[in-house]
Amino acid sequence: MGKKAVILLSFYFLVTVNAYGKETIKLGVAGSHSGDLASYGIPSLRAAELVVKEINTKGGVLGVPVEILAEDDVCKPEIATNTATKLISRGAHVVLGHICSGATKAALSLYLDAKIIVMSPSATNPELTQSGRYPNFYRTIASDDAQAKLDVDFAINNLKLKKLAVVHDKGDYGKGLAEYAKKFIAASRKAELVLYEGVTPGALDYSALVQKILRSGAEGVIYGGYHPEAALIVSTMRKKGMKTYFISDDGVKDETFIKVAGSYAEGVYASGPKDVSKNPLAIAALAVHRKVYSAEAGAFYLNAYAATQCLLTAIEKAKSTNYEKIGAILHREYFNTPLGKISFDRRGDAIGVGFSMYQVKNGAFVEIK
Amino acid sequence: MDYFWGLFISGLTKGSIYALIALGYSLVYGIIELINFAHGEIYMIGAFTSLIVVSLLLMEGMTGWGALLLSLIVAVIYAAAYGFTVEKIAYKPLRQASRLSPLISAVGMSIFLQNYVLLAQTPDFLPFPNLIPEISFLKRIFPLMTPAEIAILLTTACLMVVVTFIVKFTKMGMAMRAAAQDRMMALLLGVNVNRVISHAFILGSSLAAVAGVLIATHVGRVNFYMGFIAGLKAFTAAVLGGIGSIPGAVVGGLVLGWAESFGAGYISSDYEDAFAFFLLILILIVKPSGIMGRATQKM
Repeated sequence: MGKKAVILLSFYFLVTVNAYGKETIKLGVAGSHSGDLASYGIPSLRAAELVVKEINTKGGVLGVPVEILAEDDVCKPEIATNTATKLISRGAHVVLGHICSGATKAALSLYLDAKIIVMSPSATNPELTQSGRYPNFYRTIASDDAQAKLDVDFAINNLKLKKLAVVHDKGDYGKGLAEYAKKFIAASRKAELVLYEGVTPGALDYSALVQKILRSGAEGVIYGGYHPEAALIVSTMRKKGMKTYFISDDGVKDETFIKVAGSYAEGVYASGPKDVSKNPLAIAALAVHRKVYSAEAGAFYLNAYAATQCLLTAIEKAKSTNYEKIGAILHREYFNTPLGKISFDRRGDAIGVGFSMYQVKNGAFVEIK
Repeated sequence: MDYFWGLFISGLTKGSIYALIALGYSLVYGIIELINFAHGEIYMIGAFTSLIVVSLLLMEGMTGWGALLLSLIVAVIYAAAYGFTVEKIAYKPLRQASRLSPLISAVGMSIFLQNYVLLAQTPDFLPFPNLIPEISFLKRIFPLMTPAEIAILLTTACLMVVVTFIVKFTKMGMAMRAAAQDRMMALLLGVNVNRVISHAFILGSSLAAVAGVLIATHVGRVNFYMGFIAGLKAFTAAVLGGIGSIPGAVVGGLVLGWAESFGAGYISSDYEDAFAFFLLILILIVKPSGIMGRATQKM
């Protein structure tokens, strides 16, 4: 043994002694904590801090306190890989993040190699879970195609429609939804897509489109877009005496839609985020934020709050920070969170989080159970 | 065949509205060669005024035709006053300036009026009550059309006759045509050209207000931005038909309406606007002065 080995050995002991001397559960928090998109990342960091503070006052997880390792990725994929490497080398046991889908995707394979579970409060890209490439990934937000899936399932299974028209406003949001709806209709094999059209927002009227819907023989229209156009299309359809079902998205689930379309809005379906405003856990989580920061919580705060709770509860229940054991708990157990009672499917998407279908009844959107 | 007629009527309705607004562009352009970009905003103000009056009347318990007619009259007067004032404030002081100055002034006026309504009223869409009742015998004759569409067609047709009459047979119409042909000569012969211009603005604005009220009852909503796209399309219609020509404005409006409707119906509504502007390019290449336009003679 030379001098070199002795030095190396002493380093080894130094490191391990340090780690064992002040043992903590390390929760990595990765996201945009500065830059243009900081407003998406900061609420999640705050949520994690508030949950950790509460858990630590109750004695921590597995009898040791939880420590937060915050790393900034500014929502950029090329920086996210560095962020991930840093968190891994600092010994994070689980990671809350990342915030943006692109950054999350870039970082995920690094975490997978290091066998670290990652849970995002906000990355909505469908591929992240559906590709099956990232078994270490979970999220507490519905994916981008969840609304389209709900709309199509509702039309086919609840309303039993066989012929559907898909219309969109050519915008990112509306067209994206329409594309997914088209895909799901084709995949269902239970209904036929009879019309797929885009309209120009702000046009004088849409009677040509309505004629087209009438001719196509569609029993239901799935519309991707916002309420001004939807109100006009629905009222034109009803004025022409068409009783075609109209199913739309969160962009239409707006009081202005009912105000403008008036009696023609009756019976229109629109999907929208599940209402959590009456959940006592959500009320409490928002109240804590108000007390500590004397401001209303920002974007994805509740999703991040829920994700942090799920991660730490899973470690507690698994009685270990072992990757496989935490994963098994996440897939098996139900978690009580501000988003409601949730669990995770085999791909890592949260069940019980996301959208419900609403219908206009007597001038108000009513959730369909 | 029902499909064809459905699209035909849809195009006819839209085209009538375009034609009503386009007339205002043509009347003004015919005389002072100014593209009055604030014209679309006058149309929007007409619709808003009528909504305010209708809301008041509905509160008083008045409904249907009565309320519509009364609000239409108020809207026309109000919009005509706006048109008159806009001309006096923004264009008259620039009568002798280069042609670019009034054009810029017009764009500024358009932005000003839009934002004025945005601030004074609301940025949201407001619902416009459905005032035209179902008439059962008309429903039997035109089963494909809604009452609002029938009202739009009839009103437009009547107004075309009235405008043609005013321009062809009244003293003011004669003065307008004289001023359009040669403003300096008309002035030398004792025609009060400033008054003629004011009248052209008032007539154009009134027509735009009628169009605004009709479209508001038809689609059931108004907002501060509605004049922008309608104005742009109507301007296209005026150019298409030959700007400065009155029958040209009508033909241009209808052609544009049908192009949009049939394009959307038989090809794809993704490209509704593309058809309209493609047609414009095509016609201007073949006939640069527009369908009914002649290079020298106006009105």
